[in-house]
Amino acid sequence: MSEIPTAHGTGLVLCETCALVSEPGDSPHPQCPRCGAPLHPRKPNSISRTWALLIAAAILYIPANLLPVMTTTTLFRTTSDTIMSGIVYFWKSGSPDLAILIFTVSIFIPVAKIGCLALLAVAARTGVARGLRQRALMFRIIEFVGRWSMLDIFVVTMTVGMVRFSSLATVDAGPGAAAFGAVVVLTMIAAHTFDPRLIWDSSEDRR
Amino acid sequence: MPKPLPALIACPHCDALYHRRALAPGEKARCIRCGAVLERHPGVLTPDHLMALVVAALISFAIANTMPIVQLSAGGLEHTTTLIGSIRVLWNEERGLTATLAFATALAFPLVELSAMLAVLIAIRLRPGAPLVAALLRGIQAVRPWGMIEVFMLGVVVALVKISHTATVVPGIALWAFAALTVLLVLIVNYDLKQLWRLRRLEER
Repeated sequence: MSEIPTAHGTGLVLCETCALVSEPGDSPHPQCPRCGAPLHPRKPNSISRTWALLIAAAILYIPANLLPVMTTTTLFRTTSDTIMSGIVYFWKSGSPDLAILIFTVSIFIPVAKIGCLALLAVAARTGVARGLRQRALMFRIIEFVGRWSMLDIFVVTMTVGMVRFSSLATVDAGPGAAAFGAVVVLTMIAAHTFDPRLIWDSSEDRR
Repeated sequence: MPKPLPALIACPHCDALYHRRALAPGEKARCIRCGAVLERHPGVLTPDHLMALVVAALISFAIANTMPIVQLSAGGLEHTTTLIGSIRVLWNEERGLTATLAFATALAFPLVELSAMLAVLIAIRLRPGAPLVAALLRGIQAVRPWGMIEVFMLGVVVALVKISHTATVVPGIALWAFAALTVLLVLIVNYDLKQLWRLRRLEER
């Protein structure tokens, strides 16, 4: 790796709010001279907080997939759908494209996100020096795609609203939807809490 | 007070430090170490253009949330749906958490973001150094990741396809308003807020 100076290495600090670089001096709680936000060289307790959020998300992921997200009641019967049975329904009813879409955002992305963030957190702590650029790219992708997992929550909300007053059926959101929403929110906060600069810091200590 | 060094730029993703360079239109600066985008040329969009987009987005938002998203006819009954109506049904069914999530991400946060954008663009014309400008910009940055109009838009389309198996669905005006809002928000969010931060001169604090 070539010798690229870092802000921290030269005693400077980047404001995470307004992106101004400044020299913090010796004040114990420096504030950004432009926007007034507290300055710190790295996000405080980044890795521990990320772990806490990831573990909470992983635990909630279980009820999110086992409990129904939607319950449909018709004159004749009541059926409950989990995320997975909803995907199977789309697949069988002639919309394989939607089945793939929902599978990607509701199953693949949350699992990949929890796995990748855990991997990044472990690698940052142990100081693996390989694949730095790949890990940096991985983090940027995670940060970008995470929000799309919220799709199912909106599908449930609108389906409930649309079917509500028709005489054919009523649709109700299930407890799985709330658990799933919590998973999405927790993983989004986890990605936000993780400081990607830690990917590079640990590799520098090693040299 | 820390000493500002506006001539420098640090990569938010890997902390690499660079001297800022002037960018030509269409150019963007990338970090040579991690590949993250450091800065892009603001393009032809001025803060005044941005204000026009924000006003247009607020109008679309108003239409999107007052007009019906879809009209449904099944079994001889007609029924229209709005976002707020759907959230209210969820809330009354004691699905408070799901209702709150949908309310916050598809309605409240986008509205707060757009209103704060309008306020900050007005305030910055009057006095860029005002503490209000900093507070509003920080607020916008805090709520921005949680506004999910574009995800909601896709969710509506998926729900429509799903329902169309069992009922006749007629898209309402609000659906088009949401589509317009999605496009406008892409343009608004693409505007780098760092440009607005830089309008604050450092000695004004």
